[in-house]
Amino acid sequence: MWLYIGKRLLATVPILLGLSVIVFAMMAAIPGDPATAILGSYATPENVERLNRQLGLDRSLVEQYLTWLGNLLQGDMGRSYALNRPVADEVFERFGATLVLAGASLLLCSLFGLLAGVIAAVGQFGWRDRIVTFLVLIGISTPSFWLGLLLIMLFAVELQWLPASGMFAIYGGGGPLDLLAHLALPAITLAVVATAVIARLTRTAMLEVLRQDYVRTARAKGVSERRVIYRHAFKSALVAVIPVIGIQTGFVLGGAVYIETVFQWPGIGRMLVNAISTRDLLLVQGGVLVVAASYVFFNLLADVAQTLVDPRLR
Amino acid sequence: MFSLIRRMLVVAAAFGAFGATAAAQTPPGVLIVAQIAEPKSLDPHAVTAVNDFRILMNVYDGLVRYKPGSLEVEPALAESWTVSDDGTVYTFTLRDGVTFHDGSALDAEAVKFNFDRMLDESHPFHDTGPFPLSFFFGSVDSVEAPDPKTVVFRLKEPYAPFLSNLAYPTGLIVSPAAVEEHGEDFGRNPSGTGPFKFVEWESNAKVVVEANPDYWGGAPDLKAVVFRPITDANTRVAEMLSGGIDVMVEVPPDNLSTFADDASYTVFEQAGPHLWFLILNAKEGPMADRKVRQAVNYAIDKKALVENVLQGTAAIAAGPTPPAFAWAYNEALEPYPHDPEKAKALLKEAGAEGASLTFYVTEGGSGMLDPIAMGSAIQADLAEVGLDVTIETYEWNTFLGKVNPGLEGKADMAEMAWMTNDPDTLPYLALRTDAFPDKGGFNSGYYSNPEVDTLLEDARKATDQAERARLYKEMQEIVHEDAPWAFIANWKQNAVTSTRVEGFELQPSFFLLLDGVTKN
Repeated sequence: MWLYIGKRLLATVPILLGLSVIVFAMMAAIPGDPATAILGSYATPENVERLNRQLGLDRSLVEQYLTWLGNLLQGDMGRSYALNRPVADEVFERFGATLVLAGASLLLCSLFGLLAGVIAAVGQFGWRDRIVTFLVLIGISTPSFWLGLLLIMLFAVELQWLPASGMFAIYGGGGPLDLLAHLALPAITLAVVATAVIARLTRTAMLEVLRQDYVRTARAKGVSERRVIYRHAFKSALVAVIPVIGIQTGFVLGGAVYIETVFQWPGIGRMLVNAISTRDLLLVQGGVLVVAASYVFFNLLADVAQTLVDPRLR
Repeated sequence: MFSLIRRMLVVAAAFGAFGATAAAQTPPGVLIVAQIAEPKSLDPHAVTAVNDFRILMNVYDGLVRYKPGSLEVEPALAESWTVSDDGTVYTFTLRDGVTFHDGSALDAEAVKFNFDRMLDESHPFHDTGPFPLSFFFGSVDSVEAPDPKTVVFRLKEPYAPFLSNLAYPTGLIVSPAAVEEHGEDFGRNPSGTGPFKFVEWESNAKVVVEANPDYWGGAPDLKAVVFRPITDANTRVAEMLSGGIDVMVEVPPDNLSTFADDASYTVFEQAGPHLWFLILNAKEGPMADRKVRQAVNYAIDKKALVENVLQGTAAIAAGPTPPAFAWAYNEALEPYPHDPEKAKALLKEAGAEGASLTFYVTEGGSGMLDPIAMGSAIQADLAEVGLDVTIETYEWNTFLGKVNPGLEGKADMAEMAWMTNDPDTLPYLALRTDAFPDKGGFNSGYYSNPEVDTLLEDARKATDQAERARLYKEMQEIVHEDAPWAFIANWKQNAVTSTRVEGFELQPSFFLLLDGVTKN
């Protein structure tokens, strides 16, 4: 097991390295450069050249990449020229915020997705199933940024129960309760689509398992229905659902971009969008690397969890 | 719709664990200002965006500043100044007893340090940049500090916009002691002489400044100001409605009426030194004919653009100089009226009926207002007079990369907007023959008129404001007639405050000055 994890982790090194080359090349290929972005309407060729020299962007691409790589190996991710601060400070600060948001919504979507899926499967074609199927359809088709705005209008503007945006209160805030109040709306918004997807897949997986012979056998043996569902059926349906949750993790991290913008959550998705539009190469590099590494890590985590649940995979 | 939901939720509210007390109520004396983006740096010499200037103008002072409500300069850290007859030597006398927030003294050496850091590549702290707008002071040859109270600037050549450039954020004076202490992190540990002192900067959450009790202009009434970056306009509006912020700038046109109709908010508007225009390619194609360029000006319904697309957040522009530069603005200039028949007649005269044109439009960008909607409306107006316009849309930085090197061989027209601090800047950089893109300027439409060239050069050398004004007014008349651009709109900056805020005013400079504001 540990050998397997070690191998998988080792395999990510070339992936990340390749990714960094691609990101570097793409940032160089798209039109516009940081100096033009900084100078805006003042970007005369003369000013651009002067600024590029000050930013060290007048060197060849290969030279720039190797410098970056060399610094990275020493733990230095460089300095963001749009934000005038070290890339590592910015990236890890923002990634932490994204993890809090993504973690909370992953918790919500796993919990409610699995629950709804099981309820629907158990009462197939009954009223519970119909309600769940209907809600799932709505959940999957609701644009999350729009839902976010509606929730803000309702809970922050009309009812004034929850803050509209941010991660902590702007004055005299802080503490877990403050965080929870700020987290509620974005985490729910972000969880909606993923919940629907998980519910739908759990339902299908459960239905398949419930038709299996061993379930019939268990029922015939007189095992209680509750035990049949949770002990026999659910556990084996989980094997099929776990990788989906792993994929949803990627989705939740990606979907965080919209949600972070709507709720002004200081996460890494919003940071990356800004960094790309200001052509902040090193910040994009650092951000993409961290996000990519976390994707790999979460997928690995899902695989390991699957192995733990399903002895056949060991 | 919301009242219905509200009724439905009365029941839910009874069970609500939160109660109605979570409403964000901001404390008295502390002003919460919503910004449109995270600041880049609090080093005034390292930034270019109005969003950053809004903070900086409250933390730092310059040698001079704009008089309230105008774009004319008045003394600030300098009590007085003299200009030599040839316009190349500026001698400033500094105010007595001013100290930076870190306790160090403001003296002539400190001022010299500021400009040397920006301009002298061998200065020990030049590497704390980069300083993108240092070319504002490109005309400075040397800065001298003969005694602690006197600073002398020697210019390479006469350069009349020098004083108004000193009033710009790039001319704000930073504490040399703080730069020496923090190096390239000075932008996160700023120290100036302004009415507010920097307290903390929490990335992507807030910048907090507090009152400077020793401010030379008198301590401000506010205890503190918190600047919050909220990039999404809808979220900004929601925060304003839920009471989470006290001041918001750049209100989306769609939401202005909501606030205007509500007695608990005050709406402010102020036209600024901004011009939204179309660059017309005067070098080749149909636009090389002045009649076609004039026809385009006649064909565009600017009133509809300003009232319907921009919903009253801009005024119709008459010429190349925004009216906010009151002293240099030619009042006699009338905007081209919307006259499709006249446009058709001119096109016929020029033999350009039914011409096909390529039009560069951007998705967004500094000062571009609502560029896609405006581009489409303009396309429709031009179709009405028989011009077949094809729009090509680009993301802002890509767009600049296409437009700034010149339109030749690519397009006949392009959207553009500028916000400047001196009537010299825009025409000098974008209308002279010597400002063609291959000469390092922004004249992307290749307009060339020797008369205009001379007027602009002379205005730069004139040290008398009345004489400068006369030259600019003459220039505006010629440019209006030559129509190298289609003059569309001057943006009105807007802001909304809650009624708890008093003494708030917008400035034509687009800066946000908060030392006279109170909040209860």
